Amino acid sequence: MTGFAFRSVAPAETRPSQWRRLSREWSADRQAFGGASWRKAMMWIFLLSDTFVFGCFLLSYMTVRMSTTVPWPNPSEVFALEIGGTKMPLILIAIMTFVLISSSGTMAMAVAFGYRRDRVRTALLMIVTALLGATFVGMQAFEWTKLIHEGVRPWGNPWGADQFGSSFFMITGFHGTHVTIGVILLAVVARKVWRGDFETGRRGFFTSQRGRYENVEILGLYWHFVDLVWVFIFALFYLW
Amino acid sequence: MADAQLGTAGPLPGAESEDVELYHPHSWLTKYVFSQDAKIIAIQYASTALAIGLVALVLSWLVRLQLGFPGAISFIGPKEYYQLITMHGMIMVIYLLTALFLGGFGNYLIPLMLGARDMVFPYVNMLSYWIYLLAVLVLVASFFAPGGPTGAGWTLYPPQAILSGTPGQEWGIVLMLLSLILFIIGFTMGGVNYVVTVLQARAPGMTLMRMPLTIWGIFTATILALLAFPALFVGAVMMLLDRLLGTSFFMPAIVEAGQRLRYNGGSPILFQHLFWFFGHPEVYIVALPAFGIVSDLISTHARKNIFGYRMMVWAIVAIGALSFVVWAHHMYVSGMNPYFGFFFATTTLVIAIPTAIKVYNWVLTLWRGDIHLTLPMLFAIAFIVTFLNGGLTGLFLGNVVVDVPLSDTMFVVAHFHMVMGVAPILVIFGGLYHWYPKVTGRMLDERLGQLHFWATFLGAYAIFFPMHYLGLMGVPRRYFDIEGLSFVTPSVATLNAFISVVALLVGAAQIVFLYNLVRSLTHGAPAGPNPWRATTLEWQTPETPPPHGNWGATPPVVYRWAYDYSVPGAAEDFIPQNQPGRAPGPAPA
Repeated sequence: MTGFAFRSVAPAETRPSQWRRLSREWSADRQAFGGASWRKAMMWIFLLSDTFVFGCFLLSYMTVRMSTTVPWPNPSEVFALEIGGTKMPLILIAIMTFVLISSSGTMAMAVAFGYRRDRVRTALLMIVTALLGATFVGMQAFEWTKLIHEGVRPWGNPWGADQFGSSFFMITGFHGTHVTIGVILLAVVARKVWRGDFETGRRGFFTSQRGRYENVEILGLYWHFVDLVWVFIFALFYLW
Repeated sequence: MADAQLGTAGPLPGAESEDVELYHPHSWLTKYVFSQDAKIIAIQYASTALAIGLVALVLSWLVRLQLGFPGAISFIGPKEYYQLITMHGMIMVIYLLTALFLGGFGNYLIPLMLGARDMVFPYVNMLSYWIYLLAVLVLVASFFAPGGPTGAGWTLYPPQAILSGTPGQEWGIVLMLLSLILFIIGFTMGGVNYVVTVLQARAPGMTLMRMPLTIWGIFTATILALLAFPALFVGAVMMLLDRLLGTSFFMPAIVEAGQRLRYNGGSPILFQHLFWFFGHPEVYIVALPAFGIVSDLISTHARKNIFGYRMMVWAIVAIGALSFVVWAHHMYVSGMNPYFGFFFATTTLVIAIPTAIKVYNWVLTLWRGDIHLTLPMLFAIAFIVTFLNGGLTGLFLGNVVVDVPLSDTMFVVAHFHMVMGVAPILVIFGGLYHWYPKVTGRMLDERLGQLHFWATFLGAYAIFFPMHYLGLMGVPRRYFDIEGLSFVTPSVATLNAFISVVALLVGAAQIVFLYNLVRSLTHGAPAGPNPWRATTLEWQTPETPPPHGNWGATPPVVYRWAYDYSVPGAAEDFIPQNQPGRAPGPAPA
């Protein structure tokens, strides 16, 4: 695994310190991030910007939750499912979280196989990741349907503050959109990997650029980001 | 596009980097319309921004006509007046200044000044422009929608922005919010390009500390925009939901025309925080590129290296960082804990330090320089004066106790027009006069330019200087008609009429400028490759205007910083950045 490669290089004393490397890279010509390709750097910068989007969504949600004078519905009751006669709090969310975190694992494996030029395993693992992502979105759709049947609307709900439904639909909807876009991109890139585009140098339909196996990793960055955001949504919306 | 072929038979070698190959257009459509060349995209951005800016200019005429000669224009009632000021402000700040500095100057200058062949992801860069154009069209559509554009004021404060008392409540506000969302999406696509091009695609020898200050300004402003626009994006999405779905993010329980609305328990202050978390950095998104460009104009046209280059860079970075912790100084009268007011007043005043460093360094660059009073130089000097002026009134408004009585008066209007309206637009003009020869190969007409400069500079002072006095006399902003108000002296009407007449004349001078831009395309004097004898890379291209790929067969190699002017012992009074040899000046890192 490439991730463990650092064990084989020189011991720490002979390597320049992190700070020295940082200052050397930033005072160099051409590139400030020696190891990053253009596309990968763009993804990182985009994710930084997107972090601020989700940050603002979550801070806004917390603000309205604290400033509203009406009690907030209890999430462990609202998000409970009745299974075999017992009410299980947050069971669906727990499964959804498990599914999404697992998909990060399969994504990481896809990236690793991509760098080994293992075309088939990479494509299959990406498809598995996409299926797990689609499962997540499917369960979210189920949750939305259930809540809508119980009377939750963006403008109100039977149990308390109106902002509960507003924030819920907005934040999970925005996150779900991110997952859906990720699933579509996974399917597209998996097809390219499967077809061998990154080996034959076939050009992209829109960009006319040759793709590389690095594209798998760049998409992986996005996917892990979406998972990480979910952890915060889970903690701040469902567990609070 | 599907018809594209890359690098198969083109005259250019592929880009040096293996990352992305240059896209070679194969038809008129992909060369000039759906172009992926940053230079064409820059011209598209700039033309669109100037076109919509012309609309905003006409709106300001109408505003001034109403203020100077109340009732003279029969179709301007209170409703129309609010629509005029709202659209004027929003267009000027977002769709003209932001788009022109970053989309226009950024796209043109970043690859050329850094010695790159193009942006790092030209296809996404192209999408950025088309989404921007869509945003502009959605905005324009609101003029023709039932009820007209929104009249909520450019800050769009809820609850009034989406209540039926505000004009444009039916369609205008919805289209405005949609347009902002589109603008932000489009900008993000361009923004990641600008940032990564600066970080990862510089020419050999081009270290960060050898970059022209223009690039430092645009680069830092783009980072600010990428971190500040998300707040506006979220605010726009939430207000759109409040308006369309009836959620209550920003809407408290409210009674309208005797009817209790279905809104309940939202926080209007939350929107103000989101808006100004974007809105204050936005001031510097506009100002930092202006700082950078003006530094290069002054250095080039005074034939002298910029004074304190490193301090100039760090001042840009410091201003950028500080701009994120001052936003609530726009909200002193919204009500806040006094300790917060103290905090935000302090951070606001701290910004004066790096800003003063910049102003001193500009003046010290001019000091004993070989000053050529060319058009770019005139505009640069005008900028320093105007910016200093606007900055000083900023010290008044940054203090809570001084701000509270001045809030919502014409003093505020005068302040922000000076500091983020007139000052950056002067730099835009200076920059256009400076780089037009590179973009088109021809000079802009000098006599028309002189007329444009003096009318604009003196006119701007004649408009906004008296406006400070109006503010101190207590004339409120955003009032459709101030006649008969007991706290406003009647003599104010005379001053208002004077301002309006000047405003019409200054506006007319801008038409002269646009005429100059178009006419000089064919009638301007041929410029040659480097008419200003400047050092930076964009003037060293093998052809003017630079062709696709910018540099022909061999891209430039950089040997020195951007400010080797009047070097003792050198053959000429400037040494281009790509000329080999040890630079006598201070050695960059």
